[in-house]
Amino acid sequence: MTVSDPVSESSSAAPDRKVELGRDRPIRLDCGVEIGPITVAYQTYGRLNADKSNAILICHALTGDHYVADPHPITGKPGWWSELVGPGRLFDTDRYFLICSNVLGGCMGTTGPMEINPATGQPWGLGFPVITIGDMVQVQARLIDHLGIGQLFCVVGGSMGGMQVLEWAQSYPDRVFSAIPIAAAARHSAQNIAFHEVGRQAIVADPDWCDGNYLLEGKRPHRGLAVARMAAHITYLSEPALHQKFGRNLQNREAVAYGFDADFQVESYLRHQGSTFVDRFDANSYLYITRAMDYFDLAAENGGVLANAFRGTRTRFCVVSFTSDWLFPTAESRAVVHALNAVAANVSFVEIRSDKGHDAFLLDEPEFHATLTGFLNGAAAHRGLPGRGGASQ
Amino acid sequence: MMMVVGNGNLRVDLKLIADMVEPGSRVLDVGCGEGALLDWLGKTKNVDGRGIELSMAGVSAAVSHGLSVIQGDADTDLKDYPSGAFDYVILSQTLQATYEPKTVLSHMLRIGRRAIVSFPNFGHWRVRMHLLFRGAMPVTDTLAYEWFDTPNIHFCTIRDFLSLCRGLGITVERSIPLDREGKVLPLPSCDGIANLFADQGLFVLSRAAQ
Repeated sequence: MTVSDPVSESSSAAPDRKVELGRDRPIRLDCGVEIGPITVAYQTYGRLNADKSNAILICHALTGDHYVADPHPITGKPGWWSELVGPGRLFDTDRYFLICSNVLGGCMGTTGPMEINPATGQPWGLGFPVITIGDMVQVQARLIDHLGIGQLFCVVGGSMGGMQVLEWAQSYPDRVFSAIPIAAAARHSAQNIAFHEVGRQAIVADPDWCDGNYLLEGKRPHRGLAVARMAAHITYLSEPALHQKFGRNLQNREAVAYGFDADFQVESYLRHQGSTFVDRFDANSYLYITRAMDYFDLAAENGGVLANAFRGTRTRFCVVSFTSDWLFPTAESRAVVHALNAVAANVSFVEIRSDKGHDAFLLDEPEFHATLTGFLNGAAAHRGLPGRGGASQ
Repeated sequence: MMMVVGNGNLRVDLKLIADMVEPGSRVLDVGCGEGALLDWLGKTKNVDGRGIELSMAGVSAAVSHGLSVIQGDADTDLKDYPSGAFDYVILSQTLQATYEPKTVLSHMLRIGRRAIVSFPNFGHWRVRMHLLFRGAMPVTDTLAYEWFDTPNIHFCTIRDFLSLCRGLGITVERSIPLDREGKVLPLPSCDGIANLFADQGLFVLSRAAQ
């Protein structure tokens, strides 16, 4: 089955789209397993131009989804980049055709451990093959094929989305005119893997996880998943940001209660983050996607030399990091920049001053947004796309 | 915003450098600031330009203007580039602020076919007089800092620079004496005279013929 003609779609409140991919030609995953057909859920914004040269693929982060600029169907909250998408905005829907798909292994409509395995008629659970960032990108490439687009004008994403951007640039250099990896890295560091392991252990230690079969058992490992989210959420913020927001302030009380209730505001905040997360995310998806990030190491895939990943590239790169991001610190972005320099690639690199930590890429950071706007405008001029308001550049 | 394009408002010394660059060539501007030179070269000479700039504000302004600029510096970031990647590597008014000018210069001529370098001349007569009669570190228009807050840590004279080039086997194709505003000084082509009367030196360098 396919969806209605994506080219005709121009509304910014596009309906949820789903497509079945890989029925004739299964998708061969890095682990060796072949999978297919699979379902991919995605959203589009704006209109694809006649020569299909204005498409931007937006790659979402670990717990993100394809609701970039639509209200989330479960939480009702605005899309994660909704401030940046629309007519005249950074991702100008008058000029660009935006695509974002839920990643392979996700839990918002794309095939993942929560979905039904057609071979068994039951949820995949831990029977789902272990996936990689490369597998996610391969599936995205199939979607781009399906949409009839040869070359993407831009691939952009933050955090795990940035990993996908780098993977795209490596695996499909001719299909990526420009690439914007934000707050990302060419590999997951030992510290990052360690934090992910804490999250996974929290999930599997929850008795309601039921060895991964909680859907069949009618249970949900909410406590474990909430703890995983709480631990991860700390890594998305900076110490100064946490201190500024909460300090040692107490939660609805005058003095500490000499107990283990949430005395401090920061505890209450984290508990809230954990408890709301479980409503919209699947625990097994969390295991699979964190694993995919852990396995990511672009240099290792290229004989230990990161520059080899980009040799001969003609893609225009804009690498962005944030000063207070200690999860994907600037040094990781700089390593990517050095590798790109080593192959004389066309690269811009900006470290944005921000105290908001890793999450800065999702927040209101005017200098960050000015940087992306300028880079996109420059790339559009080189691609021969019209400027803002339809003026040719 | 300093991006004044195509109306001749490019800083005098940058215009002089821009005039030396062949159309359609590949240029790396080290210490490019907000990218005024790159912008001008891109728009008037169809140059494929890249920049390196230390200041966050400079990089941000340049990239927001659509230029390909990375945040970095001459001392640490030149080593990554492959040999012969550029036709010109430009270092304007920055050499004296690098930690290792000799290494920087060597990398510039490895990466680029030619290097264009300008710097304030510490051998200018006014600097010499300042030191001789006042006994204090010179503060002039081209050297506008007190000794304790200057980013310029490796001063040299034109004579010093030419001597380093000889030592590195670098060919000096052109040597242009400039006044304090960056205009060409009509001096006889004699290094000793330039070293005494030029506020700044501008040089086009290339690797010595094999």
